[in-house]
Amino acid sequence: MNKPTSNLSPGNLSPNPTRGQCNLATRHLSLAAIYGLIACIFLVIAPHAEHLPPWVSVLAATLMGWRIYLAYKNLLLPKRWLLTLITLACVVSIFLTFRTLFSREVGVTLLILLTTLKLLELRTQRDAIVTIYLACFIIITNFFYSQSMPTALFMLFTLVAILTTWLHLQTGDLGFRPRLRMALILLAQAIPLTIILFLLFPRVPGPLWGLPHDAYSTSGLDDTMSPGSLSKLSLSEAVAFRAQFAAAPPMREQMYWRGPVLWAFDGRTWTAGTAPASKPATLDTLQNSQDYTITLEPHNKKWLFALEMPTKISIPSRVTDDFQILLPNNIIARVRYTAQSHLGFRANAEETEQQLQRALTLPATLNPRARQLAAEWRSTLNNSEAIVRAAFTYFNREKFEYTLEPPPLPGLHTVDDFIFNTRKGFCEHYASSFVFLMRAAGIPARVVTGYQGAEYNELGNYYIVRQSDAHAWAEVWIAGRGWIRIDPTAAIAPSRVQSGLAASLPDSVILPFMARTQSPLLRNLRLNLDSLTNQWNQWVLGYNTEQQFAFLTRLGMQSITWQNMVISLIIGLAALIGIFALLMLRHLKGRNVDMAQRLYLKFCHKLVKINLVRAEHEGAKDFAARAIKASPQLTAAVTHITNLYLGVRYGGEANSAAIRALRHAVTSFKI
Amino acid sequence: MANFYSQRSAPVFDALKQAFRKWLFRQKIERGTVTLTQRRIFILPTRRGVGFGVLLLLMLVGDINYGLSLGYVMTFLLATMAVMSMLYAFRNLANLQVQAGHCEAVFAGEMAQFVFHFYNNSNLPRYQLTLKNRNNPDATPQPKNITKKKFSFRKQVSSAKINFSNEVPQGDNVIFDLAAQQNLTVKFPLPTSTRGWLSSGRLTLYTEFPLGLFHAWSYLQFDTSCLVYPHPAAPLPLPIQHDKDGLGLTQIKGDEDFSGVRDYVTGDALTHIAWKALAREQGLQVKQFSDQVGQQIWLDWHHLPHLVTEAKLAVLTRWVLTANEQKMRYGLRLPKIEIFPSHGDGHRAECLKALALFDLPQQSTSTA
Repeated sequence: MNKPTSNLSPGNLSPNPTRGQCNLATRHLSLAAIYGLIACIFLVIAPHAEHLPPWVSVLAATLMGWRIYLAYKNLLLPKRWLLTLITLACVVSIFLTFRTLFSREVGVTLLILLTTLKLLELRTQRDAIVTIYLACFIIITNFFYSQSMPTALFMLFTLVAILTTWLHLQTGDLGFRPRLRMALILLAQAIPLTIILFLLFPRVPGPLWGLPHDAYSTSGLDDTMSPGSLSKLSLSEAVAFRAQFAAAPPMREQMYWRGPVLWAFDGRTWTAGTAPASKPATLDTLQNSQDYTITLEPHNKKWLFALEMPTKISIPSRVTDDFQILLPNNIIARVRYTAQSHLGFRANAEETEQQLQRALTLPATLNPRARQLAAEWRSTLNNSEAIVRAAFTYFNREKFEYTLEPPPLPGLHTVDDFIFNTRKGFCEHYASSFVFLMRAAGIPARVVTGYQGAEYNELGNYYIVRQSDAHAWAEVWIAGRGWIRIDPTAAIAPSRVQSGLAASLPDSVILPFMARTQSPLLRNLRLNLDSLTNQWNQWVLGYNTEQQFAFLTRLGMQSITWQNMVISLIIGLAALIGIFALLMLRHLKGRNVDMAQRLYLKFCHKLVKINLVRAEHEGAKDFAARAIKASPQLTAAVTHITNLYLGVRYGGEANSAAIRALRHAVTSFKI
Repeated sequence: MANFYSQRSAPVFDALKQAFRKWLFRQKIERGTVTLTQRRIFILPTRRGVGFGVLLLLMLVGDINYGLSLGYVMTFLLATMAVMSMLYAFRNLANLQVQAGHCEAVFAGEMAQFVFHFYNNSNLPRYQLTLKNRNNPDATPQPKNITKKKFSFRKQVSSAKINFSNEVPQGDNVIFDLAAQQNLTVKFPLPTSTRGWLSSGRLTLYTEFPLGLFHAWSYLQFDTSCLVYPHPAAPLPLPIQHDKDGLGLTQIKGDEDFSGVRDYVTGDALTHIAWKALAREQGLQVKQFSDQVGQQIWLDWHHLPHLVTEAKLAVLTRWVLTANEQKMRYGLRLPKIEIFPSHGDGHRAECLKALALFDLPQQSTSTA
């Protein structure tokens, strides 16, 4: 054993043993650790700023700024009573803002404020650990709002920051770079293990218990329609769903994605109304069938979208008598289904009297002028088809304008105001007034909402339907022909139906970026991104029980039970951790110096044969002298080996050439 | 360690647990170099680790409930990193070699500085190794100190600095890092209270690197001991010698004439080294004086008939120190022990050792 020395290798290791408090938990924090923790909290909270009430963001930023100032100036932390007071004020303000204390939104807001307040009592290691844990938890809450690829990357970056700070608490005054390196290695080792866990961890479908109402974000079509509701939606470029056709896709003007059907009108707002028990929906004389797959973004409502009219749906669902497809529960996760539709159909050629009556009901006294117009048509024209045509022509001929910013209709007689005064409207205005006119003329009619059109992504060979494609149209019932779709918007702005929203509005109108046609390069980039997002959605975010089943079947797993999954999970993890352990512990063996020691011991072992045993305390030189004295015929070899050994071990010649020479000398040493 | 076993439980279970621990941690007192092999390293999650496990479970429930795929990913990442950190904790201790060093004798009441040599023969740096004494219940930090410091942040910083330079508080832990291929000598201070041999007892070497989720530890129990001299009594005059002793006041002329130099022999006082000669590169030499023997005195047990044993030893210790300072020739007389008058540091050590071990049962006196 060589003498203990204090020769320090370069690095950031503390040169001398330090004596500190026994309990790590109560050890104090370095300034670097405090700044690191503040940075971590900032990173995990920053994405929340988008949806937090502004005062919460401002307060959180102020508290963090305060803490940085205190750390920078080395000032006392605020007294406990002050913090308690601020905390109470925060809780009260949150209650006043949200009017409740029991919802997900409130939970997240509280967590964020309490975490920033925790920074103000950040003193010991224990506080630091609590802060780190809170930061880890807040990462998860970010996924309530977004699980996109950029969010994932940002959170991975945040995780590295958290780990680097965390390591600070356990490595003393180790520098930033080696800590970052350690964090990256830890993460790199965790990634393959995580992939195994992600693929094989048995998925439990659905929520474990009832959740607050605001548990899932709601964007998209509602089951009511009033002036302005759809034009607001048209400004959103969020994806509603993606569709992939099995064969040749239909024309754009045939892409009517059916959603909620609205029956009841109170003069301003259309609602579904209460549906009486009715006979099941019937479709006949079907033509032009289309098979396609839809990946629907969660919208927290029950309905699915399908092309008019759907005939088959792959997932358990119910078709109502007005051809809506409903699931038993709200859609809170991305759902994928295949459907079959027939673009040519005769829908509900037989309709019950009750339903027809529903499709004729109007508020009694409203909109007298529109009623009058309808009555004129009724008296001059002899059949329903002619009246429908007359109304369509009316919208086409008169000076109606298609606009995203229609003047408000504050009066009682909204339909009158629109038809005879403002004449500027969006699809909901046209659908609403058209159905009103039809009902007033005695033709059963209803409003259908949904999406119209889609954008083709040639890279992924699928169609993207965005919220900006939201649309409303009308359906009229004509004896013998059933329900027929009439889109009054097509009468005013045919381009809306043929080429989309952007084409039908003047360039000056502010539209979502996505809805505008752009340069080919930009468009290509955008479609590439969407294609990637689609893969991400299907394979990462949409990895549920079914996907897991499909994936494991493809991998060749025979019987997929959760027991089997757990067993393969454990085997996979154990194997991988074993490999990591081997790789990691390999470094425990010092290479060069140890090799010299081993070779020298081998040499000593050979000398044991002639009763020369090196004593524990005996140095190499002394032993060599003794050996030479005992058996002088070995002088040359012993001196040679001893010199080589001393050179490698103490002479700073620990290179591979010297080691090789020593090995050669030892192996060729014979007694 | 107390953290892990502090739960209250039934006496039978307690006894079983004790027996199990005795078996699991059975260890003999060792000498020479100890290598921390797999058999010697124990790992358990820390409280923080258990807390982290609970946090992960909470996260998982949230992921399932809200169907958060990325939540699953993040939870799994954290969980697997936690598991990997166990391997890191183990690796941080594995294959370290430890050897006990020589411990300088101290007076009772002083801190005994046990010396350990740590050898890191691997290419891996080791972080935050902590050496602590679990046999000594006083070795836990004084809670008072901590609570005092908790209140202000500014105070903390300054007082922490003072702590390092000033006297080490009782039972402090020693925390150190080891670079790759580094050897380090670590002093572990232990408080002393009574004379005799003080054993280092069973020390714990532990680490919570890298994330503090796992506590990896190993026990070190070497046959190293520290000689503790009796605590010297307050300064008091040397005894007056009675003529009837026969040796009495033999005044030798006290002129300190320089009479030449001779070669250094181990044990010579540092104050007598001829530093100028050394500077002239004439080797290590010692100045000799004709009157090195100033006064001769017997320090006798029987001079102190009215004191109890320990008090007698304290006074005798003080006398030895005083006599040595005054460069006297002094002898020590204890019941059954007589050390003839002499001088020098070696003689001083011999006398003090005799006082330290007086009337104590025989014990292993080896030091590493």
